[in-house]
Amino acid sequence: MSVDAVRANLRDALFEVRSVGLAGIVLGVAACWIALPPLAARSVVWPIVFALGAIGCGAYAARAGENRVGWGAIAAGFLGAVGGIAATRAGVHNLEAVFVWSALLAATLRWATPLTFAAIGGLFSERSGVVNIGLEGMMLMGAFWGIWGADKLGNWILGLAVAAIAGGLLALVHAFFSIHLRADQIVSGTAVNFLALGITGYAFIDIYGDAGTPSGISEIPDVHLGFADDTPLIGGIAQLNLMIWLSILVLVASYVFLFRTPWGLRLRSVGEHPRAADTVGINVYGVRYGAVVLSGMLAALGGAYLSMGQVHSFNQNMTVGRGFIALAALIFGKWRPFGAFGAALLFGFSTALAFQLSNVQAWESSSILFRTIPYVVTLVAVAGVIGRSIPPAAVGRPYKKQ
Amino acid sequence: MTDPEGPERRTGGDYAPSPAARLDLFQRAGGIITPLMTALLAFLIGGFAVLVTGHNPLKVYKAIFLGTGLQWLIPGVGDRELQASNLQQTLLIVTPLILTGLAVAFAFRCGMFNIGGNGQYIVGSMSAAWFGTHFAGLSGVPHVLLAMLAAALAGAAWAGIAGVLKATVGAHEVITTIMLNWIAYWIGSWAYGLGGPLQDPAQPSVPISQDIAPSSYLHVFWGDPLLQGLHIGFFIALGALVAFWIVLNRTTLGYEVRAVGFNPEAARYGGISVRRNYFLAMAISGLFAGVAGSLDVLGWEHRLNVNDIQGFSVGFVGIAVALLGRNTAVGTFFAAVLFGALVSGTSGRHLDASIFRPDLAGNLTSIIQGLVVLFVGADLLILYLWSIRRRLGFGKRTAEEEATAT
Repeated sequence: MSVDAVRANLRDALFEVRSVGLAGIVLGVAACWIALPPLAARSVVWPIVFALGAIGCGAYAARAGENRVGWGAIAAGFLGAVGGIAATRAGVHNLEAVFVWSALLAATLRWATPLTFAAIGGLFSERSGVVNIGLEGMMLMGAFWGIWGADKLGNWILGLAVAAIAGGLLALVHAFFSIHLRADQIVSGTAVNFLALGITGYAFIDIYGDAGTPSGISEIPDVHLGFADDTPLIGGIAQLNLMIWLSILVLVASYVFLFRTPWGLRLRSVGEHPRAADTVGINVYGVRYGAVVLSGMLAALGGAYLSMGQVHSFNQNMTVGRGFIALAALIFGKWRPFGAFGAALLFGFSTALAFQLSNVQAWESSSILFRTIPYVVTLVAVAGVIGRSIPPAAVGRPYKKQ
Repeated sequence: MTDPEGPERRTGGDYAPSPAARLDLFQRAGGIITPLMTALLAFLIGGFAVLVTGHNPLKVYKAIFLGTGLQWLIPGVGDRELQASNLQQTLLIVTPLILTGLAVAFAFRCGMFNIGGNGQYIVGSMSAAWFGTHFAGLSGVPHVLLAMLAAALAGAAWAGIAGVLKATVGAHEVITTIMLNWIAYWIGSWAYGLGGPLQDPAQPSVPISQDIAPSSYLHVFWGDPLLQGLHIGFFIALGALVAFWIVLNRTTLGYEVRAVGFNPEAARYGGISVRRNYFLAMAISGLFAGVAGSLDVLGWEHRLNVNDIQGFSVGFVGIAVALLGRNTAVGTFFAAVLFGALVSGTSGRHLDASIFRPDLAGNLTSIIQGLVVLFVGADLLILYLWSIRRRLGFGKRTAEEEATAT
């Protein structure tokens, strides 16, 4: 290859529209970041300069057809400017109380983990063509039956197994009604959520009464990473729960399974065109049953992490909508494993930030509004303003064998 | 821009066909028999759960029934005053359930599934609370009407967001209404939370709104106003049932809404604007849920706190009400009475705790509700039961039903 050709390739890569758009997003984030500790620029000029750069890159990318990235960069520019300018007005002391990066990073991972499990679960179900509104209920089943299993069997590993079985059983109900009975999948998912709320609440009170789950139940252990202990920035992840690392393992494994193996291809083909899949000899019902049950088991693991790894007890309806945030992450992540994981991290970060902001008394009240971010972002995403999320073609459509 | 109504378009709206697409099946299958069977089956399975956990289901159901006060309708037995007071509480719960049921039903008749009744109910309550607190100089009737109107518009606007997104870019209403539910939930938690903009400045350490002015109270016509008697909002809910029926069956708007619900393609071919009807049906749907919120605030709550906002579930029960009531006015009324009685009869205030713990019973309500929705959603199951009924000689099967049932 000649030197000229290399140069041309390099130039193309540099000015590739998508890269420009991504750079714009980075600039938008930087516009806000520059005004935060440790740099904590105090002049409004810095955020504005970076934000203008972001908007410029975004406009270029959007005009050249990269809508999602382009508009994302423009939005990042505006938001970054607002955040950055606000930060230059805020007291440095307050900023330092909130933006403890290592703590934020750790909290983000903690909040994102249950979402990741459930969103990956939803990914399997929906990629196979079955809508799963019932993730919330499946998480709740895992949260209760997991801690129950750990209590009765005396061991957190068995607890996780019980959680997975309980979530899988609830998913089996959803699967039976939506696959064999060809019930409407959204109605069935809604029903499953009500059922899980009632079953876990009923069993919780029947078994534990007013006292609640006892203390001293076997917990999912933390993993201690010695090397990270005193490292700045990642110090917070030196002591994280095992399930957090497991969620990343599940993520990678799911990606490999779905996109790099023949079984994954079969599963996706069932979700895109079940008739064609049936014609080439794939058992559509079998694949869908497997995918839905697996989704219930994964969502239940996410719920079990809440009760057995984070809170160390169970309360009625303790998932409070996390299943729906996971659904949002799946949609915002365009039904792709790493997309869903990225969305889960973003949503986890917004929640972690909400809690950090409440450290400063003056910001405590408004910090609650940060909890709406996952839902607002998903609304914008399905509205298609910044690149539409397109679901698997056959999702939600019952298949009838011929 | 591509036409969102074009057949080629793949959007968020393709996220599963709306359940309402099977509307005709829901409407056709089974008259009054299948909803009855559905409810019976759900109660049966719920009773089984009670039995397994070592209680006598018959005793439990009887205690729940006695807690509802419905036996007041059969004169002559027991403590009449207590029964009347229990029945008032039951009807207080039935009132918003009728309206949130109608909210789900109206959208359903236009081919959309509105899961957002709870969010629309929350914004409705919040508007009613705000208008009830302010304008204290007004006299009774205009103040109540103002607060109700504000709540209706707020609910309509909140659902209208989902309607607009459906009509313009084809975003699936199930996803958007779920998101709007949670946005309303957190906005409400912020507004009345400590330091929030609508929190009562007189008690800075309590996450609660100001009390609404007495001029905005709904008149209590049965029972003691100080003990949450039944307010005239009950008649407003009954009026809404009539309005629902008239609008759907006797107006051009209702005709178009139903036409779009049955078959959007055919409706468009017939010159009906599908987009306009999607938006209008969603907005009207939200209007019902918003009014539900106002009736509760003006009728007996008189204030809102963060726990209320986070605990509201009347919008979700409305889903079960509408589905069991087959999205008709009459059906919604009876289903609302059933679920209202269940919620009221299992409440700590009414259920005899020596027979069954109220908090257990509350969860039993969720289970029964879930089972009802599950069975109603399974139209094949319904058609199967329906076909048994037919086989027993109650009627003739059509060829179409034959095809669907197999």
